[in-house]
Amino acid sequence: MSAHFAPRIVTANHLLQGGVIYLADNDMWVDDIREAEILTDEADAQLRLLFAEQQPDTVVGAYLAKVTVTEHGPEPQHFRDQLRRTGPSHYAHPSDKRFENV
Amino acid sequence: MYKYTEFDKAFLLQRNSQFRAQVQRRINGQLTEEEFKPLRLMNGLYLQLHAYMLRVAIPYGTLNSAQMRQLAYIAQTWDKGYGHFTTRQNIQYNWPKLSDVPDILDTLAEVNLHAIQTSGNTIRNVTADHFAGAAADEICDPRPYAELIRQWSTDHPEFQFLGRKFKIAINGAIQDRAVIRAHDIGLQIIQKEHKLGFKVIVGGGLGRTPMIGKTIRKFLPESDLLPYIEAILSVFNQSGRRDNKYKARIKITVHEKGIEDIRTLVEDRFHRIRPTYKGLDQNILESIKMQFPPPQFVKADSTHFEQTYETDPIFRSWVDINTSEHKADNYVIVSISLKGHGQTPGDATTKQMQVMAQVAEDYGHNELRISHEQNVILPHVHKSNLPQIYKALRNHGLATANIGLISDIIACPGMDYCALATARSIPIAQDIAGRFKALKIEHEIGPLKLKISGCINACGHHHVGHIGILGLERAGKEYYQITIGGDATSTAAIGERVGPGFSAEEIVDAVERLIYAYLDMRKEPEETFLRTYQRVGLAPFKTALYPKTALAA
Amino acid sequence: MPVIVTDSGFQSDDWVGDYCKPCDPGSNPQALDLSSDIDPDTVLLHSNLQMIRVNIHNFADGRGFTIARQLRLRGFKGRLRARGNLISDQYTMARRSGFDEIEITDELAKRQTESEWLFRSKWKENDYQSLLRG
Ligand code: HEM
Ligand code: SF4
Repeated sequence: MSAHFAPRIVTANHLLQGGVIYLADNDMWVDDIREAEILTDEADAQLRLLFAEQQPDTVVGAYLAKVTVTEHGPEPQHFRDQLRRTGPSHYAHPSDKRFENV
Repeated sequence: MYKYTEFDKAFLLQRNSQFRAQVQRRINGQLTEEEFKPLRLMNGLYLQLHAYMLRVAIPYGTLNSAQMRQLAYIAQTWDKGYGHFTTRQNIQYNWPKLSDVPDILDTLAEVNLHAIQTSGNTIRNVTADHFAGAAADEICDPRPYAELIRQWSTDHPEFQFLGRKFKIAINGAIQDRAVIRAHDIGLQIIQKEHKLGFKVIVGGGLGRTPMIGKTIRKFLPESDLLPYIEAILSVFNQSGRRDNKYKARIKITVHEKGIEDIRTLVEDRFHRIRPTYKGLDQNILESIKMQFPPPQFVKADSTHFEQTYETDPIFRSWVDINTSEHKADNYVIVSISLKGHGQTPGDATTKQMQVMAQVAEDYGHNELRISHEQNVILPHVHKSNLPQIYKALRNHGLATANIGLISDIIACPGMDYCALATARSIPIAQDIAGRFKALKIEHEIGPLKLKISGCINACGHHHVGHIGILGLERAGKEYYQITIGGDATSTAAIGERVGPGFSAEEIVDAVERLIYAYLDMRKEPEETFLRTYQRVGLAPFKTALYPKTALAA
Repeated sequence: MPVIVTDSGFQSDDWVGDYCKPCDPGSNPQALDLSSDIDPDTVLLHSNLQMIRVNIHNFADGRGFTIARQLRLRGFKGRLRARGNLISDQYTMARRSGFDEIEITDELAKRQTESEWLFRSKWKENDYQSLLRG
């Protein structure tokens, strides 16, 4: 069954800071997706999600995000998770000069 | 402008201290996230994709320079140096930390601002015509009524846990600039036999099921305002649906029960509630009205302005496009565009906010407005000051002459920030504005309202855009649907979907095809996009948008 | 044992009578037990009636506040109680809408302690409604 299971990572927002965080294999929450624990087994993934959900005083809105495993670490499959990783895209837009001329 | 009374100040201090305690209780575990969420929402605090987001109310869109400076200060101190002005006359900060929010709220309170009821299933901050008190076509300044409603709705004990959010907008001019027909309650000030009152419209809304509001009362005397809207809310709170979030707005209640039934229920409740208002509200209304006097208009020589207007074509174009008619002689209303081509619609940096505050102080009777079109307004400007204003704004990227044109786009935050989004909206707005700048046909196209939402919730008003763009997701990719023919004014209409959606790569070309089709079809340059659509209908636009399919058919 | 929250803090329940639910139209009960989907206009206000209890299962269900207000406007002067999973932040709203007291479970009272409810007990202060109404 785990052969057909797309790899996941556990991600959430930090209760106090609000920022995007990922669950690492040492049970710590990290900012860098490359340090996230990659879950390749469905039962295991559910357990890790449960572990995250049991920390309501640290994190909000934990969920499993699908990733592709690459040599640079996990790459989110969905563009929403990609945006959560990179931050808003519009200030990188080629024509936005706002922060240059003010 | 309204000045807080001791009561208002004491209320706000207490409210802020309550929120501080609520944050603490959440952290201690005395409140669960489920319990905390509605509490933070009724204080304007969301959790978005990357961070918390704090939504601050600009009461009926009116600000003074000191308040604008405080908004700038907050952006600088607790955010990343910018804020986002929204279609709901709010400013949103995208990066506050939960633990900083109580301090931010106290800082807002110093200048009589707050974030109360800018979110949550309650009566939201009341919005009004951004030209209020200045527009040449005004019947009566709507802001005193908006302030009265603000006080009445703030912490209203019955209506903090409604089935769904509830939005009230009020307009006091002939032209509807507050989109009152797309609100849960829309109030239009009217005059009947020398008596002021309201036409009351109910059950409008956008979102998943867009609806144009229906008239529930043709004429409501001024003094019946609070008991009547209280009656509407009472009926809604009791009989609005709570089984399905998507059917919980009053527009659905009105749609399912019919406007006649709702009217009967409301009138019954109204008669029961009316005697509880014995006149205190009217006294307060009178004292609020006194606080909205017209500014001390000045007389000044405008020769310098006339000369600059004649000799500087770029200045002339800015004046022609970004100013509107004022009620006072030699005065104009200036719209400052927050839509520089390629920039993020509605965003302003700390510096830009400070510059706008300064310009208002130096040349604009200290007043600013936020429009639902995500621009900033200087409501009272003597013509003689226009050259200096233009110069000050231009130095900070604030003098784009595009108000009402295709690049004056309304765009919601979309997937760049919003947790509910299905697609991005800001980059699409940036691309479209950039394209039409490059094509140099923006002025030739003339008045055109393009509005973009990043999901079906329609925060970007796409349903009422002449061209509306709705961002959705299909098979893990963003795609965009186009509607045309929407109208946000007194002749409000919901746009019609033209056909299948486009990918992010295709959408700008698609809009360009629509525009060229319009330019081809219009009878004369004065015939706007909307008029042309109304004359020729959907079909020719459809052909332009889907040339291949049309050939195949 | 349920806990009754009043302006002076936690108390035990001193209402000993039964609640009538559902109630025969012909009967003349002392106490009614209502659910939050009731239309307050249909509630028969009998001469004997001393207590009305409105059940609010979920704190996000705000219909109870309108029910209380309407019953008061219809002239009910007896005891009006909200019962359910309310949060202490709602105490002020409940009192201002016309409830006299709130009935919560022991369990809830342990998590949301008496001091939190007392923090909200001065419901007459800072009330826009009392400024505007009257
Ligand atoms: C960024 C976070 C936001 C979230 C989570 C959010 C959420 C929502 C939701 C769920 C609806 C649909 C309500 C319904 O149909 O019942 C809605 C509607 C709306 N929102 Fe937002 N919104 C956000 C931002 C904004 C912004 C930035 C604006 C102003 C630019 C805005 C203005 C509106 C308007 C005008 C509507 C449609 C009118 C109506 O209520 O029917 N929202 N929003
Ligand atoms: S329309 Fe959708 S994406 Fe845009 S702000 Fe509203 S909820 Fe978010």
